Amino acid sequence: MIEPKATPMREQAPDVRIHNFSEVPLGYSEDEAIREASRCLQCRNAPCVSGCPVGIDIPGFIRAVKERKHDAAIARIKESNALPAVCGRVCPQETQCQGVCTLGKRLEPVAIGRLERFCADWEATHEACTPTVQPATGKRIAVVGSGPAGLTAAGELRRRGHDVTVFELLHVAGGVLMYGIPEFRLPKAIVQREIDALRRLGVRIEVNKVVGRVATLDELLRDGYDAAFVGTGAGLPQFLGVPGENLNGVYSANEFLTRTNLMRAYRFPEYDTPIRVGRRVVTVGGGNVAMDSARTALRLGADESVIVYRRSEAELPARKEEVHHAKEEGVQLHLLTNPVEFLGDKGRVRAVRCLRMELGEPDASGRRRPVPVKGSEFEIETDTVVIAIGNGPHPLIPQTTPDLALTKSGNIAADARTGATNLRGVYAGGDIVTGAATVIEAMGAGKRAATAIDEYVSR
Amino acid sequence: MYRILSKRTLGPKIREYVIEAPDVAKVGKAGQFVVLRLHERGERIPLTIVECDRKTGGVTLVVQEVGKSTQEMGDRFQEGDSVLDVAGPLGLPSDIERYGTVICIGGGLGIAPLYPIARDLKAAGNEVIGILGARSRDLLFYEDRLAAVCDELHIMTDDGTYGRKGFVSDPLREILAGGRKIARVWAIGPAIMMKVCAGVTREYGVPTIVSLNSVMIDGTGMCGGCRVEIAGEAKFACVDGPEFDAHKVDFDLLISRQRFYAEEEACAVEKYLAERRGEGVAR
Repeated sequence: MIEPKATPMREQAPDVRIHNFSEVPLGYSEDEAIREASRCLQCRNAPCVSGCPVGIDIPGFIRAVKERKHDAAIARIKESNALPAVCGRVCPQETQCQGVCTLGKRLEPVAIGRLERFCADWEATHEACTPTVQPATGKRIAVVGSGPAGLTAAGELRRRGHDVTVFELLHVAGGVLMYGIPEFRLPKAIVQREIDALRRLGVRIEVNKVVGRVATLDELLRDGYDAAFVGTGAGLPQFLGVPGENLNGVYSANEFLTRTNLMRAYRFPEYDTPIRVGRRVVTVGGGNVAMDSARTALRLGADESVIVYRRSEAELPARKEEVHHAKEEGVQLHLLTNPVEFLGDKGRVRAVRCLRMELGEPDASGRRRPVPVKGSEFEIETDTVVIAIGNGPHPLIPQTTPDLALTKSGNIAADARTGATNLRGVYAGGDIVTGAATVIEAMGAGKRAATAIDEYVSR
Repeated sequence: MYRILSKRTLGPKIREYVIEAPDVAKVGKAGQFVVLRLHERGERIPLTIVECDRKTGGVTLVVQEVGKSTQEMGDRFQEGDSVLDVAGPLGLPSDIERYGTVICIGGGLGIAPLYPIARDLKAAGNEVIGILGARSRDLLFYEDRLAAVCDELHIMTDDGTYGRKGFVSDPLREILAGGRKIARVWAIGPAIMMKVCAGVTREYGVPTIVSLNSVMIDGTGMCGGCRVEIAGEAKFACVDGPEFDAHKVDFDLLISRQRFYAEEEACAVEKYLAERRGEGVAR
């Protein structure tokens, strides 16, 4: 007899957690993990594995958990995934492994993400399993960018015996895992642990190294690197292009989150970087970054946090779990609402002028197009606005690599299977190629490119 | 870690540091900047490069102690100590060409980033007219360095304690009104000074470049905090600049955005000074 519902994970209560930056879900105990692992049917065809962008042997690791062989479980995961503590927390499992879980046809699917997190956290408090490294090949690989794509590529290439150097332009490695995703969703100590593990594996990580300026990609290849992987992400914030957007108090989500996560502005003045929130914060957008920003605003002391999104709830691109958490915490959703202007007072934003929208015919994305309702203009008074409508490709590598082929949107044109670009020895993957997507998709791209790079340098 | 190779005082609350950052020194050019962080809790401070020594790996920076971080740097970071992070060079280099006769204007701390531009313009074969301005005599620095690369040098102080009494825009207007053929003007200093200079050169139709020091975090195009309006269009000072066509810049917006964190900055300074008094060790 299988439990119809997944074993719940304990969480910080909403009224408590909006006053701190600590992680919201608290993780499984061993008993809870074993109980959940026992729900797995161990399907022979394992649809979950094909639902995973990096193809983790999911039934294999879950069986090990059920048998209390947690070291074997984490070793099994790490064969395919270098960052399990991260993925267990931020992967959209509901549309990947858990979305195709056989159990999910009748009951709640196995909580694969929670089990992955359990294994990774278990390892942190026990003997770490260090993957084996092949004998040195003498090949040098440059990895540009230390986000999920770069870190994955670096780990895979190092394990194959190559000499790998990761270049990061910020002062810490981790990319969006460090500057973008908030502490309460992905504790920075966990990201640091994964990065330390890569260093122990022999990956060299150089921070404050601005590839494109200190040395161009072409120069790296000329100066002794046999190949390069570019995983520089979608770092360029997009704005709405409406009047008043440059008023003080209008932040890009990137700035709002970077000040908070990377620079720890929530501990100003103990930390030197300030941030301003005021009483009411309006976040524009409906993705995970918008949810992260709105929830961060509450933790920074805002009385009210409002999300303005031009479509309806069904079209919200954010994970259901994130929307649920945001609502629990008191974030208000103003749906079918489109900002058309920001109004200011003495250079500082004081209100957002919005239009009500209704859903019309489906657009190119297949979602019903929001169309403005005539005469529906209204204002929302606010102290701070966060624009979370997406990011474009980080400009530095495209700007400084003149021969590199780009797509119309300015992303790097790369082969979907291998990550190969038009330049010999240059591979790319993650958001710099696809536009803003998920951590695990970037990791999948890093992993595939590592295989292709390995073949290329071994020729 | 990045070692401070030398430190000297140029004026009250104005110090020059040479910091060992060989990667930056190897390729840094006039007009570019670095981002510096003092310690684990530090903010990312953008500072324009004054000079790069390819041999020693030293990068010269001039810092005015106006906020908490810069005061802390002045008090607690001595020759031989190290700062935690230096990243760069960032931004686009100045467009150095042979233009003919150019005017290089530096106001206050703006004299520091102006120096390498004037130097390189001179080396490229231009006739360089320098105009330096400061509130008062003791705040003026690098006169000797600029004198060495300028064919003509005008010194202005607001209070008349040195050079002529007046503003940098005064000799600028006189030169342009005198009918000399000026191919281009660089003006670097406080936003209000750049705005006034831009107003003068606009009247005479002389192309003018300013360097915008807006508030930024990463300095690489990611936060958008440094956005400025150039001919009505939002641009990022960090990657699209920091130099822009002065006649297209919305200076009032720049000034407003520069002041956004004034309260927080004052609070941080106050807390820092209280701490320093408590320690009683203002080195």
